[in-house]
Amino acid sequence: MGRSRSRLLVPLVSAAMLMVAACGGGSGSGGQDSAASGEKIKLTVGLFGDFGFGPLYEEFKKTHPNIEIEERQAAFADHHTNLAARLATGAGAADVEAIEVGYISSFTAQPDKFVNLRDYGAGEREKDYLDWKWKQGLGKDGSTIVGLGTDVGGLAMCYRRDLFEKAGLPSDRDEVSKLWPTWEKYIEVGKRFTEKAPDGAKFFDGPGEIFRAIIGQAPVGVYDENDNIVVATNPHVKQAWDLSVEMIQAGLSAKIGAFTPEWNTGFAKGSFATVVCPAWMTAYIQDQAKNAAGKWDIAAIPGGAGNSGGSHLTVPKQGKHHKEAAELVMFLTSPENQAKVFKSTGNFPSIPALYDQPDIQNFKKEFFNNAPVGKIFSDAARNLKPQHLGPKEGDVRTAIGNGLTRVEQGKQTPDEAWQQVLKDVEKIK
Amino acid sequence: MSAPVQAEARPRAAGSPPAAHRRSRRHLFDTKITPYAYISPFFLLFFAFGLFPLAYTAWVSLYDWNLLSDEQTFVGLDNYAELLADGYFWNAAFNTLSIGVLSAVPQLLFALWLAHLLNRPLRAQTFFRVTLLLPNVTSVVAVVVIFSQLFGREFGLINMVLEAFGFGRIDWQAGTATSHAAIATMIMWRWTGYNALIYLAAMQAVPRELYEAATLDGASTFRQLRSITIPMIRPTIIFTVIVSTIGSMQVIAEPMLFGAQVSAGAMATGGSDRQFQTLALYLYEQGFRSFEFGYASAAAWVMFLLVVLVVGMNFLIVRRMRGSLDS
Repeated sequence: MGRSRSRLLVPLVSAAMLMVAACGGGSGSGGQDSAASGEKIKLTVGLFGDFGFGPLYEEFKKTHPNIEIEERQAAFADHHTNLAARLATGAGAADVEAIEVGYISSFTAQPDKFVNLRDYGAGEREKDYLDWKWKQGLGKDGSTIVGLGTDVGGLAMCYRRDLFEKAGLPSDRDEVSKLWPTWEKYIEVGKRFTEKAPDGAKFFDGPGEIFRAIIGQAPVGVYDENDNIVVATNPHVKQAWDLSVEMIQAGLSAKIGAFTPEWNTGFAKGSFATVVCPAWMTAYIQDQAKNAAGKWDIAAIPGGAGNSGGSHLTVPKQGKHHKEAAELVMFLTSPENQAKVFKSTGNFPSIPALYDQPDIQNFKKEFFNNAPVGKIFSDAARNLKPQHLGPKEGDVRTAIGNGLTRVEQGKQTPDEAWQQVLKDVEKIK
Repeated sequence: MSAPVQAEARPRAAGSPPAAHRRSRRHLFDTKITPYAYISPFFLLFFAFGLFPLAYTAWVSLYDWNLLSDEQTFVGLDNYAELLADGYFWNAAFNTLSIGVLSAVPQLLFALWLAHLLNRPLRAQTFFRVTLLLPNVTSVVAVVVIFSQLFGREFGLINMVLEAFGFGRIDWQAGTATSHAAIATMIMWRWTGYNALIYLAAMQAVPRELYEAATLDGASTFRQLRSITIPMIRPTIIFTVIVSTIGSMQVIAEPMLFGAQVSAGAMATGGSDRQFQTLALYLYEQGFRSFEFGYASAAAWVMFLLVVLVVGMNFLIVRRMRGSLDS
């Protein structure tokens, strides 16, 4: 099946190109200019999951009555795979495509495939943005604006108040934050929790997200500034690995991988007491653990500020309506609309000026026991150190994540697993 | 062989009277060309979606071709050399064979037995036959999602049953043998009924007299199955062996969705240690996760040759079996 899939791609593409050619021949003067005449235009927006843009589309349509917007949602990995394929073959991409930060640098490496948003006045948005978020959206040439940032994933730690209470730990969020200034302390708290934990509840979900968080706090991650993979030489990576392994060995892990069905069930059943919480995760938890309203709360993350996730919006060049698509991107990423998205979904803005505004600072989420998410995540976002992410970030992290799973499944000793990780990473070109 | 000869003979006979020369030429055209026109849609599609991609894949496999970059450098047979030295490729080949054997052999035996049971006057025959085919019309994704939940470590039904009977929980995705068994179960669920129906159809064509004579001679049903049914439907058995061999060489959805239960990363790698990554999944990982199209194309070609090899071997084995049984 996989084989026929790769074989299918080419003819599909050629068929698509034939169709494009046919359309081009038929409609002739259509395409680019038709927009000016006030004709109906349909813009497609390709996202992974719900970005909370629904109400914003309606607003956009008020000022652009001739535009219709259709949103396509796909699963996280599929979305980026499809986008890569569609860019390579020159057809099929949406007018506006979201790209997650883990993938952004593989796409900014080919700026000629995207509309330079600078041509549509995006240059003046630079001053609004967190500096590093702005730079992530630039093409490899350093001047093309490939994407404008939507949200950032400043880190916090979500925890179950009721499970903490049952285990005899403080449950107030400030006190919990004080319990774990560092990851070492987090492990200690975990051990205390495990001694008295109610049946079936572990301290955290699985080592994957923990590793992501720890490495996300380091100044240098798995890539250096020049896009070299430094897993073998960067001490921060090994540190994050060792800490994760220590947590597994202390029996703190529920051994459940993130974004798996068992993870979703785990949220609902309270199988783990803490979970790493980038801002966008709050909406996910709220959705999965509907029965646990008020039981979850949010504390500071051990080890200082860090980032995990966040996205950019781009306009692929193959689309027909560059101007309208660029306007839509500018609209969706504008400071006031990022604030609106935050309040409705939890995705945290990448615009620092918003962080001090009272309506953000005072914004609370009832589900999380009225945690002041606005304050928590603006602190997280303001303090975090930017980290360079490389083109094959996803592959490298998969190799490391699989290594941790091998340790967790008892298939290998931590040392064997690490050696295999190094070998796997070496193969990534 | 006789049909084409007849077809050719007919236009010659029609074209011989000289008076009807013109009409006969049209007639000749009609009989000579039209059949090809009728079947041409298939061949055009086959060329566009079968032959051309096959050739194009061969061409791509000679390049260092990354989907995310515009530069493609010619590297000759480097991709193939790298592939044949890649332990993960051979690991995937082993997994594919293992899952293939674990699923195909029990599946075909079980299908034969089911067909034998159904090949007798029964009430509500149609009901049973439709039931056989039901698993096959269910979407593979639905099947795998349901089965993956059954095989779940924490909340899976199978582990709950095991625990209730005093056995330990099994982390199905962690081990090589356990994961292969789980995936083989999913494949068997989907294809056993389908093969049983094919066998049943073949069995219905076996003359009743043979069974009557055997019954008079006092042969048991098992003996009848072995000595009458199986020899009589052997071409069908060869067909199902070949089709299920090809099918099992292409297994991808099952291991992929099964791995998705472990973590997002283990989805394309087929488990934390690639313990259930099949060839097709390996190809997917290279082509659609790492975007190395050149390398993935080389893998596709080697996989194609492996399929031909394995199918050829199976064909020879099954044919040899006929020889020995006939004598």
